[in-house]
Amino acid sequence: MLQVKVGTLNLRNPLILASGILDESGETMLRIAKNGAGGIVTKSIGMKEREGYENPVIYEFPEHMGLLNAIGLANPGIENYGDEIRIAKKGGVPIIGSIFGSNEDEFSYLAKKMEEYGADAIELNLSCPHAKGYGMEIGIDTELVERIVKNVKREVKIPVWAKLTPNTSNIVDIAKSAENADALVVINTVKGLAIDIDARMPVLSNIYGGYSGRCIKPIGVRAVYDIRREMDIPIVGVGGVENYRDVIEYMMAGANAVEIGTAIRYKGINVFGEIAENMERWMKENEFKDVEELVGIAQRR
Amino acid sequence: MYRVVEIEEIKEEAKGIKTFRFYDYQNVEPGQFYMIWLPGVDEFPMSVSYVGDLKGVTVKKIGKGTEKMHGMKEGDKLWIRGPYGHGFKVEEGKALVVGGGSGMATLAPLIEKLNDYEVIIAARNKEELLFTERFKDAQIATDDGSLGYHGFATELAEIMLEENKYDVIYTCGPEPMMAKMVEIAKKREIKIQASLERFMKCGIGICDSCSINGYRVCVDGPVFSSPLLFDMDELGREKRKPSGLKVKI
Repeated sequence: MLQVKVGTLNLRNPLILASGILDESGETMLRIAKNGAGGIVTKSIGMKEREGYENPVIYEFPEHMGLLNAIGLANPGIENYGDEIRIAKKGGVPIIGSIFGSNEDEFSYLAKKMEEYGADAIELNLSCPHAKGYGMEIGIDTELVERIVKNVKREVKIPVWAKLTPNTSNIVDIAKSAENADALVVINTVKGLAIDIDARMPVLSNIYGGYSGRCIKPIGVRAVYDIRREMDIPIVGVGGVENYRDVIEYMMAGANAVEIGTAIRYKGINVFGEIAENMERWMKENEFKDVEELVGIAQRR
Repeated sequence: MYRVVEIEEIKEEAKGIKTFRFYDYQNVEPGQFYMIWLPGVDEFPMSVSYVGDLKGVTVKKIGKGTEKMHGMKEGDKLWIRGPYGHGFKVEEGKALVVGGGSGMATLAPLIEKLNDYEVIIAARNKEELLFTERFKDAQIATDDGSLGYHGFATELAEIMLEENKYDVIYTCGPEPMMAKMVEIAKKREIKIQASLERFMKCGIGICDSCSINGYRVCVDGPVFSSPLLFDMDELGREKRKPSGLKVKI
């Protein structure tokens, strides 16, 4: 009932763990897989080991208003990541290796390594909002995005997903520049800033961070809706998914699957199983037999 | 979001260890921790050493954040969030509490909730023993023999476990000590709870920095219990650097 295809990749349900959340260590990913996720995207991995920024790297807004983070692409480096993928794979769900580089050659190298390690797909981080020379700084350059996607596609046989930033004047233009990808993942966090008025300074050591949580859902849904209106490419919706209604909303806008991250703060790691159960119940009540029937049905032409 | 609290009282407890008291009306369980932010310096986790309305954290000078805190005065402000994590669960029966170094800070508010127990306070030398005044009946062990039993806490614990029957062990301290206590508890088939430590970033269970065997110290812990502890093969052997790279301890 909940099985979906994102391009050629089969998932037992459309609920994927988003990159950057509990997906650095193989053992944690394995545990998330056992708790019902349909797929797992790893933390973004780069060419070299990186410690990330100093604390504070996260700021939690009151009253469930979400999180601002600037972890700073902390990662053990691609050469040290093979074991984590191998352990995560024991969970029996697709492992999507997220990578970040500063140019097409680095992305190609990283993708090839991920494929060697056994990743089932690649997610290109073209959208991290808080790291100089990476992520969003690359992801708003349509020519560079096109080159990176084409190069990585040439290099690996596994599907290549491109994760795009909402921090741009036109996400559809960027989506079109990434049309050679096997899927688009939208959106990454929204660039933001929080100041502690008692300390009279920005909270995050990096000053800027990425805003996530339920408040960014309308931005994500809008991005999915706009891209789906113009393109047939598989889309993975991300941003503020916390419950089954959010997943259905994203799918009705045109997403083939969703990624979930910040909700783990509020619902724990059982959020995947809980959403899957509620989706099945809703589908039965509303007489849907296959979750893929939902994709794009809210589109108005 | 942070709450700003004022330091009411500072006490020098042992060499390089100070207690800071402040009012916070959140309910806190022994074993839980706050994230303490010193704006412009650092943010770090600190378990509670006093749990009433007048809370306390007992801080060992180990890095730039704790060093800065050691220079603070009464009336200075701390930015806190939390309390976070799972604390100790008080078990029925007689308890053996094994605290090494600043690990005693975490165990102290637990001990004050126990009825039937014995405590081992251990450190490298007598200058580093923590809370010997607060727990006057405690057994003492020092690595250099400058006070009490000459040897490791784990060796004294083995002697006491041989002589008496205990139903549960609570421990906090250097990881090799806790790993050894877990091994001893497993061999003797005694329940054990240990408060673990890993490099922590978010404190709220999403960044995976502090995970051990797939369990988050910040949310699933910091206090873990047997039998889960018996199966944690990373305990005492491997940890992760801030980058996430797994390294030998």
